[in-house]
Amino acid sequence: MRYVTALTLGSRMISPVSDNQPLLRVENLCIAIQNAGQLQPVVRDLSFEVQASQTLGIVGESGSGKSLTVLAIMGLLSGSPVRVTSGKVWFDGKDLLQLSDAERRSIMGDGMSMIFQEPMTSLNPVYKIGDQIMEGIRHHQHCSAKEARTRALQLLEKVKIPDASTRIDHYPHQLSGGQRQRVMIAMALACDPLLLIADEPTTALDVTVQKEVLDLIAEIQQDTGTAIILISHDLGVIAQTCNFVAVMYCGEIVESSTTEKLFQRLGHPYTRGLIESIPPLHSDVEWLNAIPGQVPALNALPVGCSYQPRCSHAQAQCRQNPPVALLDDEHIVRCHFAQQLQGRAS
Amino acid sequence: MSNTPLLDVKALNVVFRTKSSGKLLATNRNHAVKNVSFSVHAGEVLSLVGESGCGKTTIGRILTGLESAESGTANFQGDNILGLSNAGFRPLRKHIQMIFQDPYASLNPRLTIEKILSEPLFIHKLVRNRVEARTRMAAMLKQVGLDPDALKRYPHEFSGGQRQRIGIARVMLVSPRIIIADEAVSALDVSIQAQVLNLLKKLQRSSGVAMLFISHDLAVVRHISDRIAVMYQGEIVELNDKQQIFENPQHEYTRLLLSSIPQVKARSTP
Repeated sequence: MRYVTALTLGSRMISPVSDNQPLLRVENLCIAIQNAGQLQPVVRDLSFEVQASQTLGIVGESGSGKSLTVLAIMGLLSGSPVRVTSGKVWFDGKDLLQLSDAERRSIMGDGMSMIFQEPMTSLNPVYKIGDQIMEGIRHHQHCSAKEARTRALQLLEKVKIPDASTRIDHYPHQLSGGQRQRVMIAMALACDPLLLIADEPTTALDVTVQKEVLDLIAEIQQDTGTAIILISHDLGVIAQTCNFVAVMYCGEIVESSTTEKLFQRLGHPYTRGLIESIPPLHSDVEWLNAIPGQVPALNALPVGCSYQPRCSHAQAQCRQNPPVALLDDEHIVRCHFAQQLQGRAS
Repeated sequence: MSNTPLLDVKALNVVFRTKSSGKLLATNRNHAVKNVSFSVHAGEVLSLVGESGCGKTTIGRILTGLESAESGTANFQGDNILGLSNAGFRPLRKHIQMIFQDPYASLNPRLTIEKILSEPLFIHKLVRNRVEARTRMAAMLKQVGLDPDALKRYPHEFSGGQRQRIGIARVMLVSPRIIIADEAVSALDVSIQAQVLNLLKKLQRSSGVAMLFISHDLAVVRHISDRIAVMYQGEIVELNDKQQIFENPQHEYTRLLLSSIPQVKARSTP
């Protein structure tokens, strides 16, 4: 039986086990921030699924809630003023949000793991990289230090760190930014996770290094079948690495689809605005078609459609909550005028 | 464009020396900029593009007197500006202005926007009194798309994009001959980046100010420049009109850069 939520991502996917349960299912997730005694919603009614060996890209600008969503999935929000107010996160038959810390720890690492944006701040500067990779392996696989070291060495070779047998005893500061991110990837892959979450994994890297790291992630996915959630502000990165895309704005998914269909028929005015804001690389335009205004503050969200104040197509109707329109089997748009606007240049 | 360039940089070399670890008195030499030559004409936008560590920012800092060079010359309106003392550089600052990357770090958080914008006006004696300054500032704020009410407020009350507009207003107020913009839009979200790029291009066109635009982003560089210099490991490996750089790249590194950029292939119309 297929579970239908307000916004279901990818019901029929290219995965060979398409009728099986999705690996991860997020249902109506709501996250709020405690601010001056009030709860302000930052992620609203978010639902999506990820199947095995697929890559879901979540794209959005700062403040769209994309990082908070994955931090909530990873259980990294506890102790902060941000908390999940409702919703469920199903992973491997369990609701992650109901687990105790100990239960969650047993899932992290070999069930799911995460790559962070800034490799310098997420690696411990006073431990050798080999020891940092071995920590997770020893915790989850209960093996000897020697076995863990062999595994760490294999991993460093897999992520193409040159001269891995020397590098394994180096400290993070002795590596370049790209190499540090490779070490992060090695750590995340150490226990063969079913799901890898990468939050802006290449944003701090140069473009040529970014290409190498993205190619590496794709190659590893081919080998291991790991599912990936890739978060990025860069539509180009998403377009080239993901099968599925979810576009977030003000804490909501405003459009989601297979990558191919999304870029063929842009459904939401915001997605189109984002694309038209990027200066083209292979042609010249006199002026960019910039989205006017700015992302509204959390405590001053507009009524109805949250994109409405910046949207060139906005009408009176947009002051009501937009319906979720189905452009296609796998193409979902949260807009009153999705059917009329699709494909039309703004 | 006249034939004598506004800014003419010849055989510029920059070497950073850091103390070597281990040996006493030994130093490591880092040859950050190697034999770089380029010129910027009045009204022209030249971009320096390259990855981190290629020396592009160092060149910007040399030209604003924030760093000193090993050898070479940089003639601005005919006079060499390298090796000038702080006092010697001061009169040039009205003509050579800089837009910084980080809109959060480049505005003093303790000053009102009025104070931030009026300082250069008074230092360069461009206005006689506060009333005149306020009129100029209000007009400039409108030009950069901000409400003149902004004068009474502090930087923290503005978003990143708005702060970058304030930084641009501060630069444009003194009517410089050349602007050095170091990653001026890199910290901004893509929709705000497009707004600020449009604004920069509009102001550059209307005022005719020359610009040295430093960036790692080839798409942004294509949008704003007339000519482009591609830098790699301290050297300019290719310098040409932007059409040539994009349609007929000569150097292997330029081709590598171009092929590394992830692209969105969207069709606006079905």
